Amino acid sequence: MATQQTSKHSGTGTQPDPMLVRPLQIQRIIRDLGDTFSLILQPPDGEADFSFQPGQFNMLYVYGVGEVPISISGDPARREILVHTTREVGTVTRAMRKLKVGDSLGVRGPYGKGWPVDKVENQDVVLLTGGIGLAPLRPMIHYLLTRREKYGRIVLLYGARTPEDILYRKDLEKWRSRFDLEAHLTVDHATGAWRGNVGVVTSLVRRSPFDPQNCIAMVCGPEIMMRFAVMELQKRGVADDRIYISMERNMKCGIGLCGHCQLGPTFVCKDGPVYCYADIKDIFTKREM
Amino acid sequence: MTEITLPDKHVVVLERKNFQSLLDALSESGYELLGPTVRDSAIVYERIHAVDEFPVGWVDECEPGKYRLVKDKKKTLFGYTIGSQSWRRFLHPPTNKLWEATRDGNGFKVIQPEPDQIKRALIGVRSCELAALAIHDKVFSQGQYIDNSYQERRRNVFVVAVNCVRPGGTCFCASMKTGPKATSGFDLALTEMCVSNRHYFIVEPGSKAGKKLVDKLPVKQPKESEIKAAQKELNRAAAGMTRTIDSEHIGKLLNEKFDDPHWEAIAERCLACGNCTMVCPTCFCTNMQDSTDLTGQHAQRQRRWDSCFTVDYSYIYGGSIRNSVTSRYRQWMMHKLVHWQEQFGMSGCVGCGRCITWCPVGIDITEEARQLTVTE
Ligand SMILES: Cc1cc2nc3c(=O)[nH]c(=O)nc-3n(C[C@H](O)[C@H](O)[C@H](O)COP(=O)(O)OP(=O)(O)OC[C@H]3O[C@@H](n4cnc5c(N)ncnc54)[C@H](O)[C@@H]3O)c2cc1C
Ligand code: SF4
Ligand code: SF4
Ligand code: FES
Repeated sequence: MATQQTSKHSGTGTQPDPMLVRPLQIQRIIRDLGDTFSLILQPPDGEADFSFQPGQFNMLYVYGVGEVPISISGDPARREILVHTTREVGTVTRAMRKLKVGDSLGVRGPYGKGWPVDKVENQDVVLLTGGIGLAPLRPMIHYLLTRREKYGRIVLLYGARTPEDILYRKDLEKWRSRFDLEAHLTVDHATGAWRGNVGVVTSLVRRSPFDPQNCIAMVCGPEIMMRFAVMELQKRGVADDRIYISMERNMKCGIGLCGHCQLGPTFVCKDGPVYCYADIKDIFTKREM
Repeated sequence: MTEITLPDKHVVVLERKNFQSLLDALSESGYELLGPTVRDSAIVYERIHAVDEFPVGWVDECEPGKYRLVKDKKKTLFGYTIGSQSWRRFLHPPTNKLWEATRDGNGFKVIQPEPDQIKRALIGVRSCELAALAIHDKVFSQGQYIDNSYQERRRNVFVVAVNCVRPGGTCFCASMKTGPKATSGFDLALTEMCVSNRHYFIVEPGSKAGKKLVDKLPVKQPKESEIKAAQKELNRAAAGMTRTIDSEHIGKLLNEKFDDPHWEAIAERCLACGNCTMVCPTCFCTNMQDSTDLTGQHAQRQRRWDSCFTVDYSYIYGGSIRNSVTSRYRQWMMHKLVHWQEQFGMSGCVGCGRCITWCPVGIDITEEARQLTVTE
């Protein structure tokens, strides 16, 4: 028996095939760090409207090599360009780093649920991250600063391996010079003239000026770091439903059809990558789920 | 258990000697026929043309880790219970080209393949397999994103279901409430009756297309005794199943057993071969494979079936999420019986029993579920 067709689900024709990639052209490349680079993308011709929610990701395809999920890291108000910051770790990201201005990159998205932009009004906002984890949070910082008067204190806690590994240095300098955003940096290993904090980023939570009863915390980093971050936030008295974390899983489709990103009953590509901690704490604490 | 009955209207009788007319009518309507046949000592679903390609008189014997075909005295067409592989490979092929791309200056152009417009008639779909089809409809064409490739193939399908009068050795559809009689999702449902010197089919149309097809067949009205005899067989089949899963409570019960030591005991036997996921009619996981030809001028993306039993399946930079076999077996079983419910509002297991039959070490999902949830 044939399936029932409704106009919304009528496959070929009316709905674009979500598996098809759209080639975009690299307009500019920023070599952020030794292994990290930002690609600024635009369509080869015509208009662009890359609206997205901070925290969402795209599937990026390197011609003939493969496709990987990468968060959108640009300013959501600048809808004419698409910005992705990627760290080279393996096959696809290595090939991506070799691309030049003028080359094409395939894009599908934006996918997933982003940071809780609708929950932060009148709240203090704590952004806690390390390394490349700053990339998925940068759109959120832009978003907050564009509407600065709507929020209480904004506290950014950022950790890097060494002072040389600090991402978005220029942005951080700009943000630190503002009186309405507090940025605290720390490094695992001090080098050269570093006179700032040394130690893990989660240890900054204890001394940060925010109101635990009226804040939203957004955490992005390796799972082990997020575990400690949650513990520190809980110690400060932040309730579980005020903590948001961004999860990473293997992803082959980005749209709930390949199965790979399953995390318990959820699909990270659709139900995440950003989760409210209260919703997944039972799953999050289980090993090899 | 509720009594199984056949509807008293629209049901007709097709004699075995006229069975080819059903195949011909489907062919004339433009359908490619896919049905059961014997290959490599197993029942498989393949392209067929004529009734003599059916597994005439062959019966399958299924046990945990064992499968055997034996000849029966009766010359049934559907005397076996179930194909070794499910129908899903026709609608969600094991390898499937999603698109191609060609170089274009510095960039590339993406070319969508021609839509698949083949009309397929699936002949001999069991009730549990209908349930599996309904599950894939939900997964691939009723969510936020529609799988075009599935949808294209699915919309042109004609389903000839066959009710089960002989449950296989590993079946448990009755307890999963998916069989043994087909209740929806078919165009025609057959009950094969092979008694003393009579061999005929009770034919139940389940759709307009099914009714239209019946009009082309040399059928007659059934006698009351014929209907009664068929009903008796169906009820006997339902009662004959020995394996069960408490489908109503299993999700909740199993969900509390994440840390149970019994998972380790299963993992000691499990080879993580992935057979169970390959024969499962509802598994849908895939991997993507991107490649280029030697010139680099042409690229393509292939989608291939994947299995959560592989280590790579959950790989992220730094290592896999599910390294132990324990965690991978648990993912499989919890996905089928627990998480599927939350994801799609239905069970991911339909009770076909294939994973039990084709497990090289005979791991039995019904038995493991029982062990995990038994309360002393
Ligand atoms: C929602 C989401 C957002 C992400 N955002 C960013 C970002 O903004 N910047 C960034 O640098 N990285 C990001 N990542 C991680 C990035 O996807 C991986 O680094 C990348 O997939 C590695 O691919 P590879 O082929 O280079 O590595 P390999 O080690 O060769 O990996 C082989 C395959 O495993 C999978 N894989 C490996 N590592 C990961 C991983 N960490 N997460 C998911 N799949 C993985 C991929 O399918 C990859 O193709 C994100 C991951 C997710 C899930
Ligand atoms: S996760 Fe495993 S059990 Fe679930 S559908 Fe995929 S392969 Fe099948
Ligand atoms: S349960 Fe059986 S079929 Fe499945 S992976 Fe383990 S050994 Fe293979
Ligand atoms: S990435 Fe394919 S299901 Fe989530």
